[in-house]
Amino acid sequence: MLRLIARTSETRSARWVLPVAAMIAALVVVSIAGAAVGAAPWSIAKALLWTPLSSDFGRRESLVSATPFVFTGVAVAVAFRGGFYNIGAEGQMLAGAIGAAWIGPHIGHWPRPLAIAATVAIGLIFGALWILPPAVLKVYRRTDEVVTTLMLNPVALLLVSALLTGPWKDPETGFPESERTATAAEFPRLFADSRIHLGLLVAIAVAGLCWYVINKRTTGIKYRAAGLAPEASRFAGLPVNRLNLAAALSSGAIAGLAGASEVAGVQYRLTQGLSGGAGFTGIVAATLGGLTIIGSVLSAVMLGVVRVGSQSMSRTLGVPSQLGDLFTGVLLLFMASILIFRKYKLGFSPRFPRSEAAKDGAKA
Amino acid sequence: MRGISKRYGAVLANDSVDLRVDHGEVLGLLGENGAGKSTLMKVLYGLVRPDSGEILVNGRLSTIDGPASAIAAGIGIVTQHFSLAAPLSVVDNILLTERSGQLLNRKAAAANLLELAEGLGFDIDVMAPVSDLSVGERQRVEILKALYHQCQVLVLDEPTAVLRPQEIDSLFEIVERLKGDNTAIVLISHKLAEVRAACDRVVVLRAGRSIADVPVASATDAELAELMVGSVVPQPAERGSQSDGDVVLNITELTLNGPSGEPLLDSVNIDVRAGEILGIAGVAGNGQSELMAALHGVGPTVKGSITVNGIDVTNTNPEKVRAAGVGRLPEDRHGAMVQDLSVELNLELERLDLYSTKSGFDRAALRRRAEELIDKFEIKAAPEDPVSSLSGGNMQKVLLARVLSESPDVIAVSQPTRGLDIGATRYVRTALVEQRDRGAAILVDTQDLTEILEVSDRVAVMSRGRVVGVVEASETDAVALGLMMAGRHA
Repeated sequence: MLRLIARTSETRSARWVLPVAAMIAALVVVSIAGAAVGAAPWSIAKALLWTPLSSDFGRRESLVSATPFVFTGVAVAVAFRGGFYNIGAEGQMLAGAIGAAWIGPHIGHWPRPLAIAATVAIGLIFGALWILPPAVLKVYRRTDEVVTTLMLNPVALLLVSALLTGPWKDPETGFPESERTATAAEFPRLFADSRIHLGLLVAIAVAGLCWYVINKRTTGIKYRAAGLAPEASRFAGLPVNRLNLAAALSSGAIAGLAGASEVAGVQYRLTQGLSGGAGFTGIVAATLGGLTIIGSVLSAVMLGVVRVGSQSMSRTLGVPSQLGDLFTGVLLLFMASILIFRKYKLGFSPRFPRSEAAKDGAKA
Repeated sequence: MRGISKRYGAVLANDSVDLRVDHGEVLGLLGENGAGKSTLMKVLYGLVRPDSGEILVNGRLSTIDGPASAIAAGIGIVTQHFSLAAPLSVVDNILLTERSGQLLNRKAAAANLLELAEGLGFDIDVMAPVSDLSVGERQRVEILKALYHQCQVLVLDEPTAVLRPQEIDSLFEIVERLKGDNTAIVLISHKLAEVRAACDRVVVLRAGRSIADVPVASATDAELAELMVGSVVPQPAERGSQSDGDVVLNITELTLNGPSGEPLLDSVNIDVRAGEILGIAGVAGNGQSELMAALHGVGPTVKGSITVNGIDVTNTNPEKVRAAGVGRLPEDRHGAMVQDLSVELNLELERLDLYSTKSGFDRAALRRRAEELIDKFEIKAAPEDPVSSLSGGNMQKVLLARVLSESPDVIAVSQPTRGLDIGATRYVRTALVEQRDRGAAILVDTQDLTEILEVSDRVAVMSRGRVVGVVEASETDAVALGLMMAGRHA
């Protein structure tokens, strides 16, 4: 009988092999779907992963697309490492965007560095505020945060719709778009001929800070312990409640920054499709990256490439751009199901009573 | 049941056990924790498949591969953890266990149930939701459920553990009536008085083997207690003479009530002196866990006080308790460590702040300290190994190293050698005695009477949340302790 056998220790190579295996499997599935709409077998993989990287324009656009994914990927990784399963980066991102779009038009007379700092700050604050209720409920009432953070996503989305079709509607055109932010509050572009903006640097700085705190500071070690084994950490006298709260609030703040960055760096206003699902893509990035900060950043960049690839693919191959989303979704499914192989390997065993197998499973 | 064997890993939970119970007979199944009683009953109810052995009901070989086939074979079981859906009514709970595919007939079921209840002298509202019932009433619903399915063999697994004294009396009346109706009853217990009061015959299990099958009337309590715990040859560990130290740990009038008001700790008073080991003996679930949790700074809010060197640490937190000088070794050693983190981090988990420097966490200093402790405490592991890869004995050594390296004034330890092999057991006991000789005040909560007698200077016996007696270890033996634990004074 084929069964899963617990590995005595996690192999280091599994960190690399498994995401790559998941990607190949996801590419196969997407290629099959592509073939169904008339694309040649290899063309989909090439269009998604290679075409964007083959031109200067494609590479730069990939980084523009990747910027929000870096924020949300790091946000999710930070939360999960601290034992707070934040599925609501999408909502927190929208909250941050609302904040940035709210103050953006009113701070045109401020010195530019101050206006930019204010935009960053309001993104952090609004993101943290959006996650505050789930965080408090989890820490003090033991409410499952997966449910509460997830359910606040549509609330944020509806809030955006309400603002854009109500008070923030463009008074002249009637389009659901908020007033343009002042030039002073815009994130400057880093290169003259590309849309890459300050947000990318901020994202990398945030990722670097998170990496440093989690891996190099005592607080980070406590933070990881509290995330891995809250009861053991509490027994050892670690401030588990405070650490969980910190995990949630920093995650929400970073996700909020993703929204502020999209408003100040790309759209310059609040729009309906602002997030582009980046909150959910962040979960994919963090999972693919093994919940490490560096891994999440690298995965986010890869997913940025895929995003650009899927858009150009719809033009060149005449297939729906949703194939890109299909790839991302299937990738997450494969990655989540494949994660089990980090702790188990396949093996053969003679007939085996069920209760015993269940016991082995429970032990892991 | 004939020749039932069941192995879990290295432990033989049942070793060719034979068990027979006749119609109209009450059989007592006696044994310590881990003696194999629960495993045997899980086999009978189809929850666990035995490695070998067979089950015969009314002389016919029965294949029991799950609770459904057990019920069909006429076997019913009432465990300590009721399987009732609280929001549903009594009759609906019974209907839940009907086979699928049948039309529900609530009226007929209710009438049937009422008749059964009257036959047993129960006064019960079958339409009331289970959540309105007391614990004793819920137990009766479980019994009714078994009878409703025409059970011929009824197993009661430690039925009195959750009951108040009056409820226990009425339970035994029910058992008498069922016996009169020709039901075969198995009563699992480790309380001698109950077995004597209710049973006709008694089977004693020890370490997975059935070691006695005798009529209750033919054995004295002392004989049964000795059968249960085994012939004990206390081997006093090498130890210095007892010093007349000051009282370091003082527990006064510690009281804690459970969710439905039942006393978990009832005015517990304990003093432990420097250079003394006080053992806590008692059947599991008589307040020891609650007492140790309070001492470890992790339990629910209690009344009364715990002081260490005169410092009040009642209802504080683990950090304050540790700072007051208490070394804490919990019952669940897996749960006291972050399994996915390294040995070195787990060794110093309570003291991580010592490694904080301006430039970050000082990994080199941690590594040096860990290597020192691994060497001193003979831990067979590398500093960077995850704790999850360690054996139970090495895990316990990591915890010991974490705690003892601080030379605490008080050590509060639960089940220090549970699940450990002989070598690791010896190591842990010797370490505790060394700490005593150093002058620590030590409280050891253990189910292992051999261990209590070997390491303790004094033994406090707990029953129903109370300390029912404190005796000098040198003036008692396992039989006498067993009798006190079972609520009888020797």
